[in-house]
Amino acid sequence: MGNHSDGSPNHSGTVATAGQNEVEKFQDPGLPPHRLRLADTDPKAAKRAERQVAVLFGTSVVGTLIFLVAYFAIDLGEGAGIATIRLQNALLGLGTAFAMLGIGTGIVHWAKALMPDHEVSEERHAIRTEEDRQAAVRIVDDIVEETGIKRRPLIRNTLLGAVALAPLPAIAVFGDLGPRPDKKLAHTMWAPEEGKLKRLTRDPDGTPIKASDVTLGSAFHVIPEGLNELHEGKLNEKAKAVVLLMRLDPASLKPSAGREDWSYNGIVAYSKICTHVGCPVALYEQQTHHLLCPCHQSTFDLTQECKVIFGPASRPLPQLPIAVDNEGYLVATSDFKEPVGPSYWERDEHERSINS
Amino acid sequence: MSAASTAEAPAFVAKTKTGRITDFVDARVGGSGILREFGRKVFPDHWSFMFGEVALYSFVILLLSGTFLTFFFDPSMAETHYAGSYVPLKNVEMSVAYSSSLNISFDIRGGLFMRQVHHWAALLFVASIAVHMLRVFFTGAFRKPREMNWVVGSVLLILAMAAGFTGYSLPDDLLSGNGLRIIDGVIKSIPVVGTYISFFLFGGEFPGTAVIGRLYMLHILLVPALILLMIVLHLFMVVVHKHTQYPGPGRNDGNVVGYPLGPVYAAKAGGFFFIVFGVIALMAAFFTINPIWNYGPYDPSPVSAGTQPDWYIGFVDGALRLMPGVIGDFHFEYVVFGYTLTLNVLLPALVPAGILFTVMFMYPWIEAWVTKDTREHHVLDRPRNAPTRTAIGVAGFVWYCVMWAAAGSDLIATHFHVSLNDVTYWLRALFFIGPVIAFVVAKRVALALQRKDREIALHGRETGRIVRLPHGEFIEVHAPLDEYKRYKLVGFESPAPLPAVPNEHGIVTRKEKRRAFLSKWFFEDRVAPATPAELEAAHGHHGHPAVGSAEENKSLSH
Repeated sequence: MGNHSDGSPNHSGTVATAGQNEVEKFQDPGLPPHRLRLADTDPKAAKRAERQVAVLFGTSVVGTLIFLVAYFAIDLGEGAGIATIRLQNALLGLGTAFAMLGIGTGIVHWAKALMPDHEVSEERHAIRTEEDRQAAVRIVDDIVEETGIKRRPLIRNTLLGAVALAPLPAIAVFGDLGPRPDKKLAHTMWAPEEGKLKRLTRDPDGTPIKASDVTLGSAFHVIPEGLNELHEGKLNEKAKAVVLLMRLDPASLKPSAGREDWSYNGIVAYSKICTHVGCPVALYEQQTHHLLCPCHQSTFDLTQECKVIFGPASRPLPQLPIAVDNEGYLVATSDFKEPVGPSYWERDEHERSINS
Repeated sequence: MSAASTAEAPAFVAKTKTGRITDFVDARVGGSGILREFGRKVFPDHWSFMFGEVALYSFVILLLSGTFLTFFFDPSMAETHYAGSYVPLKNVEMSVAYSSSLNISFDIRGGLFMRQVHHWAALLFVASIAVHMLRVFFTGAFRKPREMNWVVGSVLLILAMAAGFTGYSLPDDLLSGNGLRIIDGVIKSIPVVGTYISFFLFGGEFPGTAVIGRLYMLHILLVPALILLMIVLHLFMVVVHKHTQYPGPGRNDGNVVGYPLGPVYAAKAGGFFFIVFGVIALMAAFFTINPIWNYGPYDPSPVSAGTQPDWYIGFVDGALRLMPGVIGDFHFEYVVFGYTLTLNVLLPALVPAGILFTVMFMYPWIEAWVTKDTREHHVLDRPRNAPTRTAIGVAGFVWYCVMWAAAGSDLIATHFHVSLNDVTYWLRALFFIGPVIAFVVAKRVALALQRKDREIALHGRETGRIVRLPHGEFIEVHAPLDEYKRYKLVGFESPAPLPAVPNEHGIVTRKEKRRAFLSKWFFEDRVAPATPAELEAAHGHHGHPAVGSAEENKSLSH
């Protein structure tokens, strides 16, 4: 078949010019002859179609009734469980579906079976005629001429200047959509207040955690002491301060210089907010000591100070330095030594100012 | 003079009451003229023209169901304790927005149904716009004079996604809150202004107490108003251009063949609205969407595994997942001049979507530049007859789908019991090679289909009838096509590459060379339509009984 199907001029002289020469093209035979439908020729079929359409419209009425019955007969009052709501939802939907589909399919069936199905051809008209274009150009010229804007540059230039400056107030009023970031992202609630170290407490009830509660292999979701007592901005603080607490074999931790006293007996605390885009890194794989973010699957290795070993995050999870107070409760010895959560433009600047 | 003319023409007096009312209105707004212009306007009919209608009708349903929801929804982020009838969340601390969403679901009759209708209609709205755009792309309907309408349609796609996203976040449940958290992370990665934009959007630190109210305003006022404006523009241009039509006998760039608006087309299109509504109602009745009561109120600490955004945001989320944060020892986040540049978030969030949308907006002009085609096109291309365009479209589609699949990488891994890391590695590879393979395969398939068309046009279709000739050879009888069917297979243009030509100074510019190169890339592989001479030759030299009897001709011409 290859000898006449690829249109290459090497094979066939006729193909190369096809499409460019009217003589070489098939002529448009025009619209195919119209074929009559059964309903056009057989009055019985037409009558049948008519009845079918009426039945479909009738179905719609039934659907509307189903909706109304479901709406009024099913009681959502006291004691109505989720099953009742599901039932009502299903019946309301079913009623609406019947009501709508009855009308819709009825009309479409009517149009297809009984209305004339002759396809007709209509000429397209030019979207724009040359005459119109010239007339429009003349009108625009006249308008420009009558305003005199070309002859009076002073008017034109001052108008342009005024219009260019006029939106400035609009921009200004949007300037107070939010406060300026300042250093808010650099600090969390973990910073000791008036010399008092914050205890690590359970999320969500806020009970403090003893070091002895943290058995090998266990993990705690942690919030700072006092978070639940906040009246304003509780979620804002929580969004920065949540921490994961785990206990590993102390031998498997290899703290880097300066972090030797950040853990206690193999108990380590890391920010739960992913350094990628801020989801909570909520999954702790006990066997492998990996932390996994369920949103984008960034994986952090606890034994390497939460270094990124897979996924889109680029930075380790910040570690919270912890110790034990004289009652045996775990406390944070300071705030995080770097901003938590997703990176932002001023992040490095903030980190330097924290550590200076 | 006007007095004289009114006196001459006897005033029309309607006989019935309806007639008099109609006449009253007509005399004041000129309805007769409008009806005369549009009442019998011809619309071509094809199943693939329905997608745009689905989008329009889903939008109407969104407005209806959304209006109902606004009567009961309270976008406040103030704290409250739930007191509604859903027992598992009794007394739980939550925002007023979440509480009122629960009340809509459990304490307002039909409220859950309306929420379900609204969410399903929103998913369908974006989906039908996307499919409609694919139809328009693959059939070349974006060509002159419809380039601007393609742009309006693309803007509508973006607005639909914006409407979806702003609405998705409103219930302030755990899932949508995590979605907002991700958006916040992406915004913060923007160099220089990111932190400020984040603080402006959220009215301070994430999550703050302002964002739901702000999104609500965008969702119910600004975005729908813009969508409405764009729909008006879109439909206005459809009327100006008249609809495109598929190629076939009797159809050309100078006419439009189809059914008159009244009654057939109006009935079909109008009836279709009810069908779309009915189908959405069925989905709302039987398929739970966004069961916010299972997720609980937003809290920055918990998150559930397998979280997914609504489908149309998926490709961006997938791109975020695919991007490695670290390759070897190279970190994609680094410090320049003391500032943090976090490319592992910025690149995947902006680049793929940026490329997709830029190419989408510019494609009509790119193709017109390559082909130097300034004619108006009202007859569509069958996708196979524009192999390179089809291949570009398929490549883009596959690229999108790879990212989209990546948004469900964890679900793929748990569902098929494979390693999550392997799924990600494979998808990373497919991100680069998938579109290339798709391009090559789609182009070859299109060319093969064109060859099949030629084959059928020249030699007729296979009848399945095997005949033994006197000398023992078996052949299958081919039945020739009637002229209408054949014209559908041969009535297309097959442009050849346009070599570079010098400009008025006799110089072949570098831009022109690039254009010529692209033109060659577009059209060097081509299958020309069969010609009458070839048909003649085919009948002559093959000599098998294909050029059949009158009886066969008859059986085919129905």
